[in-house]
Amino acid sequence: MNRHLLSAADLDRAEAVAVLDVSEEMAATQRREIKKLPTLRGRTVVNLFFEDSTRTRTSFEAAAKRLSADVINFSAKGSSVSKGESLKDTALTLEAMGADAVVVRHWASGAPHRLAHAGWTRGSVVNAGDGTHEHPTQALLDAYTIRRHLRPAGDGTHGGTGQDLEGVRVTIVGDVLHSRVARSNVLLLHTLGARVTLVAPPTLLPVGVESWPCEVTSDLDGALADGAPDAVMMLRVQRERMEAAGGGFFPSVREYTRRYGLGRSRLALLPEHTIVMHPGPMNRGLEISADAADSPRSTIVEQVGNGVAVRMAVLYLLLAGDGTTPTPGGTP
Amino acid sequence: MSPVLVTGARVLGGEPTDLLLADGRITAVGPGLSADGASVLDAAGLVALPGLVDLHTHLREPGREDAETVETGTQAAARGGFTAVFAMANTFPVADTAGVVEQVKRLGDEAGWAEVRPVGAVTVGLAGRQLAELGAMADSAAGVRVFSDDGHCVSDAVLMRRALEYVKAFDGVIAQHAQEPRLTEDAQMNEGTVSAVLGLRGWPSVAEEAVIARDVLLAEHVGSRLHVCHVSTAGSVEILRWAKQRGVQVTAEVTPHHLLLTDELARSYDPVYKVNPPLRTQADVEAVREGLADGTIDVVATDHAPHPLEDKDCEWAAAAMGMTGLETALSVVQHAMVDTGLLTWEQVADRMSAAPARIGRLAGQGEPLAVGSAANLVLLDPAARWTVDPAQMATSGRNSPFRGMELPGRVVATVLRGRPTVLDSHLVRSTS
Amino acid sequence: MSAARDAVRDPAREPDAGPPPGGRVLLEGADIHRALTRIAHELLEANKGPADLLLLGIPTRGVPLAQRLAQRLLEVEGTVVPTGSLDVTMYRDDLRRHPTRTLLPTELPPGGLDDKVVVLVDDVLYSGRTIRAALDALSDLGRPRAVRLAVLVDRGHRELPIRADHVGKNLPTSAAERVSVLLAERDGRDAVVLSPPPAGTGARP
Repeated sequence: MNRHLLSAADLDRAEAVAVLDVSEEMAATQRREIKKLPTLRGRTVVNLFFEDSTRTRTSFEAAAKRLSADVINFSAKGSSVSKGESLKDTALTLEAMGADAVVVRHWASGAPHRLAHAGWTRGSVVNAGDGTHEHPTQALLDAYTIRRHLRPAGDGTHGGTGQDLEGVRVTIVGDVLHSRVARSNVLLLHTLGARVTLVAPPTLLPVGVESWPCEVTSDLDGALADGAPDAVMMLRVQRERMEAAGGGFFPSVREYTRRYGLGRSRLALLPEHTIVMHPGPMNRGLEISADAADSPRSTIVEQVGNGVAVRMAVLYLLLAGDGTTPTPGGTP
Repeated sequence: MSPVLVTGARVLGGEPTDLLLADGRITAVGPGLSADGASVLDAAGLVALPGLVDLHTHLREPGREDAETVETGTQAAARGGFTAVFAMANTFPVADTAGVVEQVKRLGDEAGWAEVRPVGAVTVGLAGRQLAELGAMADSAAGVRVFSDDGHCVSDAVLMRRALEYVKAFDGVIAQHAQEPRLTEDAQMNEGTVSAVLGLRGWPSVAEEAVIARDVLLAEHVGSRLHVCHVSTAGSVEILRWAKQRGVQVTAEVTPHHLLLTDELARSYDPVYKVNPPLRTQADVEAVREGLADGTIDVVATDHAPHPLEDKDCEWAAAAMGMTGLETALSVVQHAMVDTGLLTWEQVADRMSAAPARIGRLAGQGEPLAVGSAANLVLLDPAARWTVDPAQMATSGRNSPFRGMELPGRVVATVLRGRPTVLDSHLVRSTS
Repeated sequence: MSAARDAVRDPAREPDAGPPPGGRVLLEGADIHRALTRIAHELLEANKGPADLLLLGIPTRGVPLAQRLAQRLLEVEGTVVPTGSLDVTMYRDDLRRHPTRTLLPTELPPGGLDDKVVVLVDDVLYSGRTIRAALDALSDLGRPRAVRLAVLVDRGHRELPIRADHVGKNLPTSAAERVSVLLAERDGRDAVVLSPPPAGTGARP
């Protein structure tokens, strides 16, 4: 059985829909006065963060605590070569503490894979973001958010149970080359049946992107006008990309914003129902204007809250049972 | 040292015959030989090749004895059928002076498992700024003829030109590690479909090809020899073919791993597959095989690069680059080239013994298995199959990308100047 | 994460395996109908009328049973009693002994639970652990004035001090036997079936 969540590609359509459905149940519990459930009592979840991220770490911490799991936070900075304890030694230490799940964020792509397969820990490994590779729980909460708005249940308050995202059009704009959010989203949205378009300057598109299951273009206005997207997701662009070797990936902030930013005029090109998303943190004024970020169609704040419900669902699915595959027909 | 009578060996894969080795030379070749007082080496069913010569090995000593020493490295060489290795200069201190290269040669002589020819650095400290004392190294007891900054590219065009010109004086050759540094900053694996998915920074083929293109034109312009290390891409093979047609004096090498493995293996994020130049695509593998078959690529060189466990037992980006190769080279070549019909054993003898010895100007090695030649040979059982287990190897490095694979062909015996270093696939100490 | 696929199913769409072969039918549709009618009368009598009653069915089969009870109460008293469902999966104490369990919907009627007389409705009462989990779930959802338990079948073998206030039928069984309740809404017919011991041991609800 697959007892890790390392990549959005780990989930097939049925599994992805199931995670979204469980997330709805979890979200329902979070609307009550008593938000805590006893479900993961006695389990230990370790947050192993080699990269600073208050936002994601507190989201996982809240998720684990709401399910009554014990949480241990482990912040390790520096590479295993230059400073501090190596990934392997850290993992062995955590194993000694009895970690049932290790939520790991690391600056090196593939670090969660090593953790899961090198035999250093027997717990479930959840990838909370590895280098420029993937961020599967971000993609799950993005899909959950899209489903709520674009495939709602009858009363419109939540996403329809059992619904996938067949035919939903999502446009993702920004630094695709360095974005783990983009990679995970392309995979998961495609799995759920959505149609994805990536928009970026050519310097920020990876060689080989043609083989990804999505459309690719460098023309944002064309993509928004003709593509009539149901959801537009803006990715954070780092100013440091301008100082990179060889004169940067784009000539200036001004040029980037002019050609690839979402501001008032591009907002007006969008169909009325289109939602505006951003994984955060935002560079207000760079890839997204304040108008767009604060507009009523923006789901940026809601995405954060959805993150807790989705992470509760992931932890429940990985940790609640005995770790075996259920037999068909299920347990009554 | 008593004479050795090798019986029933299939020389270069041909008909069985006998060879008599005495006083470090082959003194007789033919069927039904006999010799009093000779120890008999039964080679029935075994293929005999001249002792293999590796133009590109990292022995790590001085400075990185935690990874390998001259002793363990040459033991690995002997087990792999090699009677000579060229030891690369990226040691600590760097082999950029007569003193260091003489030390490495002496260590090799004392260990006695294989002949060690040090490679001299092109630039001081491998820093790429100033030529090292190439002449002093050539004149030293180490007799250096091959110079390389391997690990680093001599990217400065003027400096490369000067180096190419300078070594003509003593029939030296510059062996270039072709890697445009700015295009490959912090690169982790081949740039392509796989790297795009894995989120690992790419090492584009053009960074290798552009340097080779420049260097063959420089070599042509100043009329000197050029050797290209570890060719890995289809484009590089095409450029070399074109250059040779023009008459440029360029030679090239390919590693065993580039003849077999692709970048798909990186999907596991296991750093055992991390190497420089990186594993490429299937199309590149096929192109370098063709290049080796038609002689565009002159030699197979292992680029044996052992690393201590902790440098590979970590996340990809933090891991060192390199794979071991001495003990698997011949088997991988048999698997990829002989068993597929691309090379005959006679051609293997050229690619892995005669040509490297010639390029490295190494007398007494790579000579044909004929009367009068130095008695350096390897006997292998082409019908044997074995599973690669790094723990059973003589090299200190456990970073073999072939671990767990079943490969054909086992080295049964290696003879260095008439003295067996490997018998019955095990290392042997001689008494003389 | 193949646990995900099996963890959420719409009960209305997916039938489960059904009773094992070789079972004896102990109750038919008519028996079940009578039992529910009697329970409805008992509820009204104990509560002195329908005021503040709220029915919560425990999925899966407690839900249609709760709906049928609500229907009886409407026929008898002319009052609509609020009805919903309460999934107790996340409060169970035996999660780790089994593969990841199905999550089913919890739907509370508007108006909440505070000061209501909540009647939990389930098909079979056995060890009592499901009801214990339901009580824990209820305490996180609100503060009912009282909680009662109505079950179609009580098969004994309690592991906790829990009893039903209203029972359709008492069925003495051995622990190895299996009791299956079939309802038209889910299984196409009404029946209570007692089967001999199956190949492996099942979970005790």
